[in-house]
Amino acid sequence: MVQLKRSVLGALAISTITSLAAHAGTLVINTDTSDPAPKKAFQTLINDFEKANPDIKVTWNVFDHEGYKTAIRNFLSADAPDLVNWYAGNRMAPFVKAGQFLDVSDVWKQNGLDKTLASAMPSMTIDGKQWGIPYTYYQWGIYYNKDVYKKYGVSVPKTWDEFLAGCAKFKAAGVDCTTTGTKALWPSAGWFDYLDLRTNGYQFHMDLTAGKVKWTDPRVKKVFDNWAQLIKPGYVTKNAAALDWQDAAPLLVQGKAATYLMGNFAVATFKQGGMKESSLGFFPFPTIDPKVARAEEAPTDTMHIPAKAKNVAEAKKFLAFLASAPEQTKINDILGQLPVNNQSTVGNDPFLQEGFKMLSSAHGLAQFFDRDAPAQMAKVGMEGFQEFMAHPERVDAILKRLEAARERIYH
Amino acid sequence: MSSPLSSSASPTAAVGRGAPRSHGYWRRNQRRFAPLIFVGPGALMFLIYVVIPIFRSMSISLYHWDGMGAMKWAGLGNYAELWSDPAFVVSLKNNVLWLVLYMLAVPAGLFIAIFLNQTVRGIRIYKSLFFFPFVISQVVVGLIFTWFYAPDFGLLFKLTKMLTGHGVAILADENYATYGIIFAGLWPQIAYCMILYLTGLNNVAPDQVEAARLDGAKGWRMLWYVILPQLRPATFIAVVVTVIGALRSFDLVSIMTQGGPYGATRVLSYYMFEQALSEYGYRMGYGAAIAVVLFAIMMIFISGFIWKMYRDETER
Repeated sequence: MVQLKRSVLGALAISTITSLAAHAGTLVINTDTSDPAPKKAFQTLINDFEKANPDIKVTWNVFDHEGYKTAIRNFLSADAPDLVNWYAGNRMAPFVKAGQFLDVSDVWKQNGLDKTLASAMPSMTIDGKQWGIPYTYYQWGIYYNKDVYKKYGVSVPKTWDEFLAGCAKFKAAGVDCTTTGTKALWPSAGWFDYLDLRTNGYQFHMDLTAGKVKWTDPRVKKVFDNWAQLIKPGYVTKNAAALDWQDAAPLLVQGKAATYLMGNFAVATFKQGGMKESSLGFFPFPTIDPKVARAEEAPTDTMHIPAKAKNVAEAKKFLAFLASAPEQTKINDILGQLPVNNQSTVGNDPFLQEGFKMLSSAHGLAQFFDRDAPAQMAKVGMEGFQEFMAHPERVDAILKRLEAARERIYH
Repeated sequence: MSSPLSSSASPTAAVGRGAPRSHGYWRRNQRRFAPLIFVGPGALMFLIYVVIPIFRSMSISLYHWDGMGAMKWAGLGNYAELWSDPAFVVSLKNNVLWLVLYMLAVPAGLFIAIFLNQTVRGIRIYKSLFFFPFVISQVVVGLIFTWFYAPDFGLLFKLTKMLTGHGVAILADENYATYGIIFAGLWPQIAYCMILYLTGLNNVAPDQVEAARLDGAKGWRMLWYVILPQLRPATFIAVVVTVIGALRSFDLVSIMTQGGPYGATRVLSYYMFEQALSEYGYRMGYGAAIAVVLFAIMMIFISGFIWKMYRDETER
């Protein structure tokens, strides 16, 4: 059925695109930027590009965010546009390995991007080549309800022990120390990533997600031991497995929970719920082992040229434009996120400023578990994390299962 | 019949004679062709959208394929992996659970139908209220029940908290979650069975009921020996739609739990989607193998139904 759908879709796409190909200098862009802010950012970007290159006409197709994840496989092989958006790290590996993305190392070289986009270069590199252009990223960290912290006399923690001590106070008062909703699995991975980054450091985390370390390794076990310190005393919202991450947000807003480990995109949700900058605070994930250099999570969004693109020269022009400092400043202002180009300026938002400070002084940047690990491992792993958060006593069985998956998936 | 005369006839005459002959051919065979012409378009669609994809799926299930790159021959490797895959075993078990518990919709529908099969003022309103869950979309049913079960603010959670002191979040508990989803699915399915039985009850012969009553039958005996045998066609359809509904349960799982918590509520159709098409699924071959297994299970039931229908038709 997939096959058939593809050929039908392909036929439709071919008919629309051949009718457009008559123009000289056309560019077809497919993106999943269907939410208001990303949509506006891309509209601005495309308008600017067309103004700078009046001879190129851009056709822009916006897909629904979830549908895009499956649609991209169809249109990349059946009838490719000239540009697509996607994610950095291992998330782009299946497309790179299947020969669906074009090597754009020349765009990097010609525009000196190895200097201006240096922080994201490792996550764009596979086999020594760059496969796309990063244009935005955002920090992860702990968002907290300032009023709740004040009410129970808890100060903002710097270390894990301080954090746990605060949790004990909240628990005594009947407030969830931290909340989350793991129905969609990935929020649980935020916890695992940070605990691993703080316990074992960046390199170990990268080796683990690259399949080079056994999940039954005592160092991995140590991460789960630290995690259990949070879960076993009941500091995390119960029944998180039945909640979407948005369902848990009201708990923080209403003061029923004190903290929420999330990406910066959650700020919009908290503010919609009625939180102001006076009540919503942010702090970096606390230190567990002071000897471990501080690394952070900063998922990066990217654009790529499909291998079967028809207007490669124009597409490369667009990528260079997207990589430029003024354009990254502009679109990230609209997105409310951080520009990757280190010559860009960061918006006035206090959370962005704080995030920028935190990320630019970090020892290393991880992409997030489901972008650093291959898709299959991400799925099995995050299911394990979700189970651990509900049943911490099953840790050994979970790790054994993840190790079996690792042996099967990476070979 | 090729006589030398006809070959020597003038061209105009040949045309003049040819036309009525072809007309005659159509007229003679009209009855033979008409059904084919009517069935044709439907059969073509069925071939393109159902039959060919079935065989395509079967062939894909013999390969390792990420949906984009080259296909790599796997033989029966995907099937071999299935049997040692705990997630597959859980999905299969849940499918069996669905099949068994979904069958409750048939008797439940029957009893509601009998209950509603009376002439009281405003009975039509009651009937349509009972039928309501079948009219609304499965997505809505899923959402309603998700909120009903939701921790903290869900009605059921609050109720259990009030009664026992600690709330039960059905969908967060691996032991209850599947039952919770099946229960949600039963709601519209019972309504469906009810409507089938209501129409069936309209056709129950009143003279037979009258005769049975004169012979002193009433209550259970009346239902079992007089009414139910007359409802056999309705029962048959109710069982068929319920079996198929149970096996293709996908929407409720997808909306209510996304297969969670930690994979406890997956069914075969959802697992197939996860492996082949979802955000993290790049295993077309493995997904196709799951689809083939699901198809085989369905075929057992469907061939049974078809065999019964064939037998009924030929007996008549």
